[in-house]
Amino acid sequence: MDLYEHQARELFEEYGILVPRAEVADSAELARASAERLGGRVVVKAQVKTGGRGKAGGVKFARDPAAAELTARQILGMDIKGHPVRTVMLAQPVDIDSEFYVSYVLDRSQGRFLAIASAEGGMDIEEVAATRPEAVLRTPIDPFDGVPRAKAAEIAAAAGLPDAAADTLTALWNVLIREDALLVEVNPLVRTTQGQILALDGKVTLDDNARFRQTRWGAQGAVHDQERDELEAAAAAKGLNYVKLDGEVGVIGNGAGLVMSTLDVVADCGARPANFLDIGGGASAQIMADGLSVILSDPSVTAVFVNVFGGITACDAVADGIVRALESVRLTKPLVVRLDGNNAARGRAILDERGHPLVEQATTMDGAARRAAELAHAA
Amino acid sequence: MAIYLTKESKVLVQGMTGSEGMKHTRRMLAAGTDVVGGVNPRKAGRSVDFDDRAVPVFGSVRAGMDATGADVTVVFVPPAFSKAAVMEAADAGIGLAVVITEGIPVHDSVAFHAYARRHGTRVIGPNCPGLISPGQSNAGIIPADITKPGRVGLVSKSGTLTYQLMYELRDTGFSTCVGIGGDPVVGTTHIDCLAAFEADPDTELIVLIGEIGGDAEERAAAFIKDSVTKPVVAYIAGFTAPEGRTMGHAGAIVSGTSGTAQAKKAALEAVGVQVGNTPTEAAQLVLTTLAAVGPPLTPRTRRE
Repeated sequence: MDLYEHQARELFEEYGILVPRAEVADSAELARASAERLGGRVVVKAQVKTGGRGKAGGVKFARDPAAAELTARQILGMDIKGHPVRTVMLAQPVDIDSEFYVSYVLDRSQGRFLAIASAEGGMDIEEVAATRPEAVLRTPIDPFDGVPRAKAAEIAAAAGLPDAAADTLTALWNVLIREDALLVEVNPLVRTTQGQILALDGKVTLDDNARFRQTRWGAQGAVHDQERDELEAAAAAKGLNYVKLDGEVGVIGNGAGLVMSTLDVVADCGARPANFLDIGGGASAQIMADGLSVILSDPSVTAVFVNVFGGITACDAVADGIVRALESVRLTKPLVVRLDGNNAARGRAILDERGHPLVEQATTMDGAARRAAELAHAA
Repeated sequence: MAIYLTKESKVLVQGMTGSEGMKHTRRMLAAGTDVVGGVNPRKAGRSVDFDDRAVPVFGSVRAGMDATGADVTVVFVPPAFSKAAVMEAADAGIGLAVVITEGIPVHDSVAFHAYARRHGTRVIGPNCPGLISPGQSNAGIIPADITKPGRVGLVSKSGTLTYQLMYELRDTGFSTCVGIGGDPVVGTTHIDCLAAFEADPDTELIVLIGEIGGDAEERAAAFIKDSVTKPVVAYIAGFTAPEGRTMGHAGAIVSGTSGTAQAKKAALEAVGVQVGNTPTEAAQLVLTTLAAVGPPLTPRTRRE
């Protein structure tokens, strides 16, 4: 889960990283009151979980509370790359002497975290890394040593950052470890004309797998879920692993790899997949039924392809789930089912016995995909 | 022969007394795996009956190894306890730890991988189906009855795609199939398996299954170019995956232009790997390539 900028800012502050004073508002009137409390001059920043806010007009300077109100009114309700702006953050402006970049990212190939630091912050760091790689320092961090002050000082010196930035590097590492983050980034980290080191903007991505021990963002997690498509929210409430796409063939399968592959095979047959839905390993009839009802409630779906290779999952349980779903949902769209592997014969027999006119079985994944594409187009 | 796992392997199961552990220990035994013990500090000294075999429970991996000579452990413990379980196994000096558990926090994986490397323990996983050397041994949750021993080696990020390919090539058979897992950080990589299959005289062709996210397949391509002489057939999943969305596996995400299926396919094809557009097509490529290689080798005629 990505945090909003104001949430990341809150964490930074808690871990001793200096940040500008700021408040969050979800209406123009509240924005005006915040600006008054912050001293009048403010930067108004759209709170959306995507980059490029500035270019999209989501970050603006306001010289007094009246201007802050007007600006907030313009920014609230904007759509930035498909993300509706529901809140703005108002922050005190600072006088910048110089800008830097610091982050910790996961190095998948080496299975450890890297500190990334550059004396060229503020701009697009990917651009700097691509055009002048020598300006970006990448330092592997030993998970058992972490980033004590001495290590942080080494990194700061090597990257051309002021020594005071080392405190930020150590604090930021603590954020990463204690909050179970996959990414923490400060861009820009600035030195003000008064010599203070301040985090002006930041990004934090938390590890969803660590939610069992990181509970503080529970409520905000719910906010995050609201940003989803309605169907995605409904599927998430049922514990289903579902991603909405914009095609017409609904897809259900077991195992992330097989479902991804099923989407590709459907696309290969000239149709577009409407979703990713993985019922997981060892799925019960109930999960299958839930999954099917979510997909059938998507109005853009004109045909459904159920692709199951039973490893741990038993195909007879999958077939039972389909039959159960047929009892509770009136099937109006054709369903192509391919069952192979564990208990496949029994699963196929259960579907044959039910004999629903809109349910067809296919013997191969490729054949089933072709048939589903055909039916989707005929609809 | 096979890689990492043979009929000589003696297997411990951490978490054997849990419901998943029980179910899959029974399956492993049925597949011929020499499961020599379970590990549960609270149930040490007892044993669990599986059909015709009583499997003892030990209080620690160390105790299990001392009593049985175990050299492999399969980890079924829940995410919150997996880090401690793998570190305990590494401390005991076991050669191979196969971590099936899904949903382990990345910081825990990073820590136990670093720890295991220091102790010389190979980790497969986490979030993987394990590995099978058909006819010899099965460590994990891969169904054992969908294929047979043969001359193809398989390495895959995905469990179900492993099963799919095993099934499609059921008449050809496999030396070893390794599911390395779909998490962003895994212990054993495509490259590790490619190197092991290259060195394994019983493997004549290698199937590599990849998916979106990271650059493991691109790095595998570079390794194949320099160090693999056996034919490689690949399949990559996730061409239709949108940017920025996690497709089931924690590691399966396209970020900007990196991690796309297209880039992975192109990198593999650039080094002469045949890439199938569907699992079935990949299986067909395996069959035609094997036909060109010739009939299966017997030990007497083995090409060195």
